Amino acid sequence: MAMDSAPEAAYTSTTAHLAAVAERQERIRRTLEGGLAQDRRRRVREGVITSSLFLAAAISVLTTAGIIYTLGIETFHFFQRVSIVDFLTDTQWTPLFTEKHFGIAPLAVATLLVSSIAMLVSLPLGLLAAIGLAEYLPLRLARVIKPILEILAGVPTVVYGYFALLFVTPLLQRFIPNLQVFNALSAGLVMGIMILPLVASLSQDAMLAVPQSLREAAYALGATKLEVVWRVILPASLSGIVASFILAVSRAVGETMIVVIAMGNTPRLSFNPLEQMQAMTAYIVQVSLGDTPHGTLEYQTIFAVGATLFLITMVLNLLSFRLLRRFREIYQ
Amino acid sequence: MTAPTTEHRHIVVPPGSVALRIENLSVWYAAYQAIRDISMVIPERSITAIIGPSGCGKSTLLRALNRLHDTTPGARVEGHVWRNGVDLYAPTTDPVWVRRHIGMIFQRPNPFPKSIFENVAFGLRVNGYRGTVVERVEQALRAAALWDEVKDKLHTSALALSGGQQQRLCIARALAVKPEILLMDEPCSALDPVATMRIEDLMRELAKSYTIVIVTHNMQQASRVSDYTAFMLAGEDRIGELIEYAPTREIFLRPRDRRTEDYITGRIG
Repeated sequence: MAMDSAPEAAYTSTTAHLAAVAERQERIRRTLEGGLAQDRRRRVREGVITSSLFLAAAISVLTTAGIIYTLGIETFHFFQRVSIVDFLTDTQWTPLFTEKHFGIAPLAVATLLVSSIAMLVSLPLGLLAAIGLAEYLPLRLARVIKPILEILAGVPTVVYGYFALLFVTPLLQRFIPNLQVFNALSAGLVMGIMILPLVASLSQDAMLAVPQSLREAAYALGATKLEVVWRVILPASLSGIVASFILAVSRAVGETMIVVIAMGNTPRLSFNPLEQMQAMTAYIVQVSLGDTPHGTLEYQTIFAVGATLFLITMVLNLLSFRLLRRFREIYQ
Repeated sequence: MTAPTTEHRHIVVPPGSVALRIENLSVWYAAYQAIRDISMVIPERSITAIIGPSGCGKSTLLRALNRLHDTTPGARVEGHVWRNGVDLYAPTTDPVWVRRHIGMIFQRPNPFPKSIFENVAFGLRVNGYRGTVVERVEQALRAAALWDEVKDKLHTSALALSGGQQQRLCIARALAVKPEILLMDEPCSALDPVATMRIEDLMRELAKSYTIVIVTHNMQQASRVSDYTAFMLAGEDRIGELIEYAPTREIFLRPRDRRTEDYITGRIG
């Protein structure tokens, strides 16, 4: 028996054990009663933290609700005076003229045209950059290049606007003589460069989230690097990549300064990217800066346009979040 | 008893034909050396087990045999691995070619997020196989003892299979490209005992036509399935070395090295 060989040690360990049990019982009793000042102080502190966190969350939710409310109520007034059929089918947008037309098409087409050009630039370049960063470049080089790429995202959009108007357009005019001073092409190209880091960065994250074990499995089967990227990494990260594209589209659709400065302010229904046209955001800026009286029909048009824009970006964002969630479900 | 030096190590050269001859192999991860100066001969159509405590470099050694370290940034390999007179580490040897002949099964089942069929067909597709893919897929699934369980759901996701089934799918995937050697990195460590038994039976079956090298820290598994056993241990400098290599019976019944005996009797590791 242990007692025989070391009675003293056994004695002290038993006492220590009993003391530990007693202390634990005491602690349980105190917690159950909850009457100690320390516990009360902690509860108060926890309460303060919880409610301030709740407040912070509530502010953003309330702001969103407020925006939706304002948009909704003014849009509702607008559609009481203008039929929704006219809004969707009329091919002219002239609320500021004597002969008023309220067809959203010229603005919507301009926005979609410039966003499409931007996506044509940013999708292939962004995806290639992402593949390079995630799979090909040495880690150390990728760590240097990624922040540089992300600086692009930090350039103020007004700078991009003037870059498009004063540099890209004159440059393009050398090759395309009939390019107008304000046009969708240069605005779209520059917008594409602006959202490039968003596509590259999010797509790269999606590719890096593909488990290393899948890469090794493919290599071990005799796949080359290109085959690993093309047949394993891209399919496995597809929903993440698509989500990044959709986020980029919604960013492009909502972009304002570039289109205001470089694409013009004439609402014309045209599919020709060489001509000037007016995007939805540009129209809102135009009316907001003018002296349109509060409560008039002209004033309400910007809410109708804003609500349309809001709907488009919201649908795109929801779609993107759904895809991202599906992507996470596969690997976690 | 003095600690044996390199000259006194008990490393046998198995008789019969040679699948791989490993010569003075060392591996570094950046500045840190993982294994040092390993030389051994892997006999053909047999199962060679590599055992040893965690961190002794047994997986590192295994991954050097199909040049998988080439895909890890910072990893560096020195030494030679000979197969039929070709040095796998010669500058002229294409690592992709090496991996097409030496398949690998990983610790955790890692099927692609594709259908069962596409998982097995993957290796055929990247190798530009010109025959009937369907046939080879069935053949591989049968060889991996998985066909009967999946033949009615070949086009459903491989991720829906159980862990043991996924691991057998990974074996089928490796077999489909007809490798000559199979490397298995603790293939049963994520599986339950029943699934483990099935994989072990399968390994015995496969050893009739393939050379298998298996890393395991389960000594019972090594003694059950393998013909030869290599014991690795990291010294005080934490660099893994080959301590003893002999037929499995010898290692377990009459270990020559004191450290091998300590390990297999459970005194270390």
